[in-house]
Amino acid sequence: MSAKNHGFPWNLLVGFILSIALTLLAVFVAFYTDFSSHVILWVIGVMALFQAIIQLFMFMHVTEGKEGIINVVNMVNSIILALIIVFGSIWVLTSGHASLH
Amino acid sequence: MTSHTTPLEYQSEQTQMNILGFWVFLGAEIVLFSTLFASYFVLEHNTAGGPAGQDIFILKDVLIETFILLTSSFTSGLAIHSMRNHDKKGLLIWMIVTLLLGAGFLYMEINEFIHYVHEGATIQTSGFTAAFFTLLGTHGAHVTFGIIWISLLLVQLVRRGITVKTSSKLFIASLYWHFLDVVWIFIFTFVYLKGMVM
Repeated sequence: MSAKNHGFPWNLLVGFILSIALTLLAVFVAFYTDFSSHVILWVIGVMALFQAIIQLFMFMHVTEGKEGIINVVNMVNSIILALIIVFGSIWVLTSGHASLH
Repeated sequence: MTSHTTPLEYQSEQTQMNILGFWVFLGAEIVLFSTLFASYFVLEHNTAGGPAGQDIFILKDVLIETFILLTSSFTSGLAIHSMRNHDKKGLLIWMIVTLLLGAGFLYMEINEFIHYVHEGATIQTSGFTAAFFTLLGTHGAHVTFGIIWISLLLVQLVRRGITVKTSSKLFIASLYWHFLDVVWIFIFTFVYLKGMVM
């Protein structure tokens, strides 16, 4: 583990360049393509998720240490909770609300 | 893993537990920010006659903020890399660069907020601005706290050097800093880009 730490931090540099590239790509997709806004949202959303994964694995070393697996399970659990909260709220307060009328 | 290949911050049971505990805290932070995002998504179209996102967002400024924060996440990674090579000077320099970038980000964000208020979008204007300022303000407050926290840790580092304790504290602070960058990526994508395109 520390053997690769002594050298040049390639994983950090690659992660950084990928983050910058993904950010610029998201701007390009959002402003300079003719996709429908629905498609754009999905594409840039997936790129944001990809950037978050880069941060987690290349910068935060989420799998490191004795509790690496616990960390991953904890993160996956939190992400599932976040998705339920976000999509659940939108669903209840848009389609759910609309059916009251 | 033998003990001399294990990074310093994992070498006592206490610091291992601290790091694990901080990951659990970050899980709770994900849930906290998800509730703020959920409120924002529900309220973003309720502009109550006030400005919408596309009327006030400026792509150039937001991109600069994004690049500043992405770079600061990278430099805090370099700081931890230096720490693991027992390079105190490198650790100190990269952490100070990280803090300066963090301060630059805050400066830009505060200017951005002042600009919005001048455009007639205060936190009381509409559901959209209330949710927007709450989400962005919570992130900005986290960045502010991070700057103060890491500054104090650097004082401790200068005084005590790289020990199991100081290294675990700085490692945890770096996790926090990377996490703030992750939150910003989602703000950039789902608040700014979405607001300007939809």
